[in-house]
Amino acid sequence: MSDSLLDLYREVILDHNRDPRNFGELDDADRVVEGVNPLCGDRMTLYVKKDKDGKIEDVCFTGSGCAISVASASLMTERIKGLTNDEALELFELVHDVLTGEQEPDPVRLDKLAALAGVRQYPSRIKCASLGWHALKTALTTTDAKISTE
Amino acid sequence: MSQAPAAAPGSGFDARQLRRDFPILATEVYGKPLTYLDNAASSQRPAQVIDAVAHYERHLHANVHRGVHYLSQQATDAYEGARDRVQAFVNASSRQEIIFTRGTTEAINLVAASLGQALGPDDEILITWLEHHSNIVPWQLACQRSGATLKVAPLLDDGSVDLLAFERLLTERTRIVAISHISNALGTINPVETMVDLAQQAGAKTLIDGAQAVPHQRIDVSALNCDFYAFSGHKMYAPTGIGVLYGRAELLEEMPPYQGGGEMIRTVSFTDTTFNALPYKFEAGTPNISGAVGLGASIDYLNNLDYALLEAHETDLLEYAQAQLLELPGAKIIGTAQRKASVMSFTLGDIHAHDLGTIVDREGVAIRTGHHCAMPVMERFAVPATARASFAFYNLREDVDRLMAGLTQALEIFT
Ligand SMILES: Cc1ncc(COP(=O)(O)O)c(C=O)c1O
Repeated sequence: MSDSLLDLYREVILDHNRDPRNFGELDDADRVVEGVNPLCGDRMTLYVKKDKDGKIEDVCFTGSGCAISVASASLMTERIKGLTNDEALELFELVHDVLTGEQEPDPVRLDKLAALAGVRQYPSRIKCASLGWHALKTALTTTDAKISTE
Repeated sequence: MSQAPAAAPGSGFDARQLRRDFPILATEVYGKPLTYLDNAASSQRPAQVIDAVAHYERHLHANVHRGVHYLSQQATDAYEGARDRVQAFVNASSRQEIIFTRGTTEAINLVAASLGQALGPDDEILITWLEHHSNIVPWQLACQRSGATLKVAPLLDDGSVDLLAFERLLTERTRIVAISHISNALGTINPVETMVDLAQQAGAKTLIDGAQAVPHQRIDVSALNCDFYAFSGHKMYAPTGIGVLYGRAELLEEMPPYQGGGEMIRTVSFTDTTFNALPYKFEAGTPNISGAVGLGASIDYLNNLDYALLEAHETDLLEYAQAQLLELPGAKIIGTAQRKASVMSFTLGDIHAHDLGTIVDREGVAIRTGHHCAMPVMERFAVPATARASFAFYNLREDVDRLMAGLTQALEIFT
C-alpha cells in the first residue's frame, strides 16, 4: 500500500470516522449551520452553543460524509469546546493554511489536528477536510444558515 | 505480467489490439499502469481521432461557409463531411436534421428553450427519475418560464423506470417526453422504443438523451421514431465541446431559433431579419469545426468495429466485474435492471465512495465517485454517493482485477 495513503488514512482519522465524537443534534444550540460539498453532495449540520461569556460551550454535528470530512469535523468539535470566538477563528485559519499548504504543519499548535496534514497530498480531498471548518466559521461570523465549500 | 484473457474466450473481439489505438491508455499513474474505468464521464480518443483533428488544424482550418478562398472551402467540406457521417451514423433521413452543438447539455437546452416557447400553464413535461441533471434542469427552466408542470416517472427497485407509472403519467396534457436512453448513474437501458410509442399515442413530442447510448450500441433514430435525439462527442471517443442534436425536420422548421448571431441568418436588417435554412438556423456563431472533424473521425473508427462483438465484450466485462465485486464483503450493486450497459454503480460496506475513489486511484484505477449528476437517483436509493466503474470496449478483464485489488485495499484500511 502506498505510504501516502497510510499518511492520509492515519489511525486517528480512521478512529474518528468509525466513532465520531460529538455526533448528534444539540437541542439548545444558538447557531445551526448546514454545510454542503456540492462536489459530492455530502451534507453536514453543525450545532454551536455559546455560554454567557461568549465561549463555545458545546458543539455537535450530524450528517454523512467521507472518512476525511467526518474525522475532520469530529476532531474539530473535540478541540474547540471552551474556546472564545477569536480563538476558534484563529484555529480555523491555522487549519485552513495547513490544508491548503500555505503553512507547514506545526505539531505543537495542531496537536491531534496534525492528523489532517496527510490531506495536503490530495488536492481533491481538501474540500472534504474543510467542510466542517467552513461551517464553523460561518456559525461564528455570519447569520447565514447554509454554506457550501465551493 | 501474465496475460489474462482479454474477453470471454472465443468472443473474437480483440480489445487488447484495439487498446493500442488509444495512446493515453499507456499512461502510468503513480508508477502503476492506468486503469481507466471512468468512460461514462468521458471516454478516451484513438490516435485516428487525434490525428484527424491535428490534420485539420495543420492543413485545413479557416472559418466555414463564409469565404470564397481555398481554405474556407476545405474547412467547410471537412465540417459538412462530418455532418454527413453523423447523419449516416444515426440513420437520420436528411442532413438538415443534424445540428452540431457543444454537447448533450446544449442540445437539450436548445429544445427546451425553443420548443418550450410554445408551452403554457396547462401543459406538462414528463421525464424519469433516472435523468442526468442536464435532462432535468432545462425542463425546470422551461416550466418556470411557461407555467407548465414537470412530471417525473418513478423507478422500480432494480433501477428501471416503472412503465405502468410512466403510462399513467402520460396524459393529453403531456407535450414533451424527455428520457435517457441509458442511465449514466446506474447503466439501466430504458425501453425507449416502447416509451416513444406510448408518448406518441398520447400526442407528446419525444426527446431521447442518448449521451450514454452512442458508445455502446448502434443508434437508429428513424427506427426509434423519436422527435429528438441528443448526444456528446466526448463519450464516443471524440473531442469535448462537440455534440449533436438530431431533430425531425418538420419540427425544427417550425421551431424558433435558439441563439441569434452569424451563420443562423439569411438577411439582417433592423426591421426584418430572416433566418437561415436548417440546420444552420440552429447553429449561431462560428462552430467547433475541429471538434466536428474529430467526431467524424470517431464515427469512421466506430464504423470499423463489429458492434455485436463490441456489445458482447462489454457485457462480459460487466458480468465479470459484478461477479467479482459481489465476492467482497459488504459490496452492493445499485442498479440491477435486466438490461444494463457496462456501468457498475456500487457501495462497499460503510466506506464512503470518495474514500474508495482515492484509494483505488493510488493503484492507478480511475473511477467516478459521487452523485454522477443524478442526485434524484441517489436519493431514490438512499445513498449519498456511489462509486461507479464504467467500461469501454478497450477495457480488459485485468482492468477489473486491478479495481478489485484496489477495493480490497480499501477494505483493509477500513477494517
Ligand atoms: C445521460 C447523460 N446525459 C447528459 C450528459 C451531459 O453531457 P455533456 O456534459 O457532454 O453535455 C451526460 C454526461 O455527463 C450523461 O451521462
